[in-house]
Amino acid sequence: MLLKTKHFGEINIDEKKIINFEDGIPGFENEKRFIVLYEGDDKSPFRWMQSIDNPDLAFAMVDPIMIVPDYDGEIPKEAVEKLEIEKPEDIMVLSIVVVREEVEKISMNLKAPIIINTKNNKGMQVILDTDRYSVRHYIVDELQRQEVKIGAGVDTEEKRVYSGRR
Amino acid sequence: MLVLTRKRNESIVVGDNIEITVVDIQGDQVRIGINAPKSVSIHRKEIYLEIQAENKKAADVKKVNLKDLLKNE
Repeated sequence: MLLKTKHFGEINIDEKKIINFEDGIPGFENEKRFIVLYEGDDKSPFRWMQSIDNPDLAFAMVDPIMIVPDYDGEIPKEAVEKLEIEKPEDIMVLSIVVVREEVEKISMNLKAPIIINTKNNKGMQVILDTDRYSVRHYIVDELQRQEVKIGAGVDTEEKRVYSGRR
Repeated sequence: MLVLTRKRNESIVVGDNIEITVVDIQGDQVRIGINAPKSVSIHRKEIYLEIQAENKKAADVKKVNLKDLLKNE
């Protein structure tokens, strides 16, 4: 079908790829259908989540694992049941991004990721029951933190210091 | 809003399958226990509002070139 998008004009999409959000997402409870769009390069961690029914609504998204490889949280039972998740491999996890003018201030929401069951294309935004993550993690900061960890592996002296801190 | 007075260990039943119990009261803090089906989502209101606000901010995004977002570092 032809879909009007916020950023890419009218594009042709495969209806089978439409993701159904039974309850919408907080703040957008009436938006029940979205599609995930990749912009060219599939190595980029970024995606768009475009509303099917509202051309003006599109969220910038990021694959959080590509920014924070040890991102980890238990998916609430409510979500496992609602999305009929059978296997962890079927899940796609995305974080909503707030784009700000300064690159350093671009943030992602790790507290409330979007979980999609790719087997039946049902999705919802869940709230992780942990204090480790907040709704605002600066992507540049997180990437720098990862680099420190990688750098720490080079020098054993440093490595010891960093592992001691964790 | 319906307002009810409850003591410690007393409950309120909502519909057929939701039970809310006052577990403990200490000064101005109240511990509340909730028994509800797994399909019902329960959150502290401030977290829910925070997520709502963050989503609205995210929706306000102008066209950006996500591909190159982090390349000019």
